[in-house]
Amino acid sequence: MNHFPEAWGRPRDDIYGPYNPSYLQTTGPKAYTQSPAVTGTSVVAVKFNGGVAIAADNLASYGSLSRFTDVKRLRKFGDTAVIGFSGDVSDMQYIDRLLDSIDIRENYSAHGNTLNAKNLHTYLSKVLYKRRSEFNPLWNHILVAGFDDNKKPFLSSADLLGTTFSAPHLATGFGAHLAIPILRRLFPEERPVEEISKDEAVTALRECIKVLWYRDARSLDKYSLAVITAQGIDIQEDQQVEAQSWAFAETIKGYGAQVN
Amino acid sequence: MAGFDFTNYNRNAALHAKGVPLPKATSTGTTIVGCIFDNGVVIAADTRATSGPIVADKNCEKLHYISPKIWCAGAGTAADTEFTTALISSNVELHALSTGRPPRVITCMTMLKQWLFRHQGHIGAYLVVAGTDVSGPGLYTVHAHGSTDKLPYVTMGSGSLAAMSVFESMWKAQLNREEAVALCAEAIKAGIFNDLGSGSNVDVCVIENDKPTQLLRNYLRPNERGQKERNYRFPKGTTAYLNQKIISKEDMRKYVTVEEASGDPNLMEVDM
Amino acid sequence: MTTFMGQPHSEAIGYSFTQTASVPIKEHSFYPYTDNGGSTLGITGSDFAILAGDTRSVAGYNINSRYVPKVFKIGGDDETGDGAHILLSVVGFAADGQALKERLDAVVKMYKYQHGKSMSVGACAQRLSTILYQKRFFPYYVHAILAGLDEDGKGALYSYDPVGSYEREQCRAAGSAASLIMPFLDNQVNFKNQYIPGSGEGHALEPKRAEPLPRDTVERLVRDAFTSAVERHIEVGDGLQMMVITSAGIEEIYYPLKKD
Repeated sequence: MNHFPEAWGRPRDDIYGPYNPSYLQTTGPKAYTQSPAVTGTSVVAVKFNGGVAIAADNLASYGSLSRFTDVKRLRKFGDTAVIGFSGDVSDMQYIDRLLDSIDIRENYSAHGNTLNAKNLHTYLSKVLYKRRSEFNPLWNHILVAGFDDNKKPFLSSADLLGTTFSAPHLATGFGAHLAIPILRRLFPEERPVEEISKDEAVTALRECIKVLWYRDARSLDKYSLAVITAQGIDIQEDQQVEAQSWAFAETIKGYGAQVN
Repeated sequence: MAGFDFTNYNRNAALHAKGVPLPKATSTGTTIVGCIFDNGVVIAADTRATSGPIVADKNCEKLHYISPKIWCAGAGTAADTEFTTALISSNVELHALSTGRPPRVITCMTMLKQWLFRHQGHIGAYLVVAGTDVSGPGLYTVHAHGSTDKLPYVTMGSGSLAAMSVFESMWKAQLNREEAVALCAEAIKAGIFNDLGSGSNVDVCVIENDKPTQLLRNYLRPNERGQKERNYRFPKGTTAYLNQKIISKEDMRKYVTVEEASGDPNLMEVDM
Repeated sequence: MTTFMGQPHSEAIGYSFTQTASVPIKEHSFYPYTDNGGSTLGITGSDFAILAGDTRSVAGYNINSRYVPKVFKIGGDDETGDGAHILLSVVGFAADGQALKERLDAVVKMYKYQHGKSMSVGACAQRLSTILYQKRFFPYYVHAILAGLDEDGKGALYSYDPVGSYEREQCRAAGSAASLIMPFLDNQVNFKNQYIPGSGEGHALEPKRAEPLPRDTVERLVRDAFTSAVERHIEVGDGLQMMVITSAGIEEIYYPLKKD
């Protein structure tokens, strides 16, 4: 025992050697999950006259492994909004739980106003922005589909940095490269949304999912499709890519001189 | 075959290690495509060349001549696509002269891939090779590292996914000439409007079995420049100068031959 | 602790209080910023100010949306921004831009509620500077331009760097095409490098004096600046949003730009 209370209970260097402090928690930043693990690929969505259609395949990948083939990445909120998730699946399930708690609170509240898609998008984009500002991002890119305060079709996006943007058609992940050109060709921005029928929109989304299945190596031919109208949400979670065309393959032999 | 000059290699490596940035090459950000049809093959390209986010050339030509019936669309480093296609064009010509036969597309493709493989990707040329020969129409892609692919429809460059989305949703077997040209033009347009690396006009080249090759330069011009609203002509004397020296035509005649212009004011705009 | 650590006894035994090995700071793979491209520009006149920006939102070589506004009304009475008398444009990282705009909007509204009068543009400009500087070590990654009318009814324009350094100016271009637009503005608004023909010889030649331009001329200059920037910068395009503030209020003008 000595007269330095700070030293009581500490191992003496001359007996045990200097303590290696690298095991202690230091002032360095906390190590959060900094990269996604199990991920979902594209979500595609388009506005039409009187509603919004949104689609995503049912695959959750673990790196290049096709890990879970029956994952639902479209989530209903109340009966006016659908959220499509791409990116980390565990973060998706966390947000899902967050939305559940809000939904329950809203249903118990006395004011009776239900949150619409626009409110939901504002909320989620702020959650995402707050988490990025804490260097602890929720690794998702989401699309929110439904209606705004004036009961007009609403479609908007938010990503892991909190960046938000809106357009008549949106797609995340690989869909931003492959599906957006298709949707912009079919439904040019100058063409009013009122001219686009529900069937046209749904057909276009099925086409996009098919092209993604052809060209996105992290995609699946089983997908979910939701249609949000004033009548409510029609969500189908067991769709199959149909009428595939592999006609191009018949003529291909090798990559150069092979003939048979 | 002439090689590259590596004189400054060590000096530049040392400079780069000290933090001097590498010079920025003009790249043809680019959407290029090709598609086979019943009687030949069509290739198409956009006409934007970029240097970083700046548009270096608004109407450049990315369709390169190899031989009368073999043409090449190039993406990647502009200089590499130009010099590589020019080199292979020469060699294809010599080969044709030596064999006494018209060149084949596969010969050209093989020369390109062997040249590019030898340089291990340092020559940044990404090409679509197309043409017709005795065996019919041929269409290939060649990557900078030397790998090749043979398909009825191909896309390359930064707009390749946008262009491919058009082919994957609109292509069918047994296209005719008009359908193939329209499909390729649509694919390039998808690149022009959805990919920032691509822009301006659509160039098309149609190569058919027993017809002369058609280069349809600026086949579509969907991006005409907006009219300027103000006049930016400055009155004479606006620019300050400290000193002037006039060299007359007579002075110049001592050194060079000077010919009188026709006097047509449209030849050159000069403020008098 | 200090006494113990400060003056070690000659016979003192070490107890490993000092951290001998410095702990390496953990590497973060997550980068909290992105560049959403685009350009903005502001010009003032004797009784008005114009703020303009293109409406393209960019991610890499992709277009997120062809219509995302960069110019906002600050301190309006409702969601539409009616009743506002200050304009703010933000370009750079859109999520930070959105957050900054919402904070300044709240500040200007609170000022009105607390003091019963609207905030002057000069005060708002100073406040924006402090908001930016508060995040000196995790900045809002934006170039902001603030516009309004000063106490004398003259057009007022303030431009900012991301950490709050600001200055009142006649004109300013910001964003990805700033280096293309700013020299044009120097020459056409402040008449830089323009001299009065025949006013003198050599150094005696008189520079053309800058004076406030009429609104019509300024609007044309803005449109010419943007149609030219669209030609040479890949991130600028789709649409031009112009907001003109006069004593009569704020007028918004949309003008289509090339979409390639």
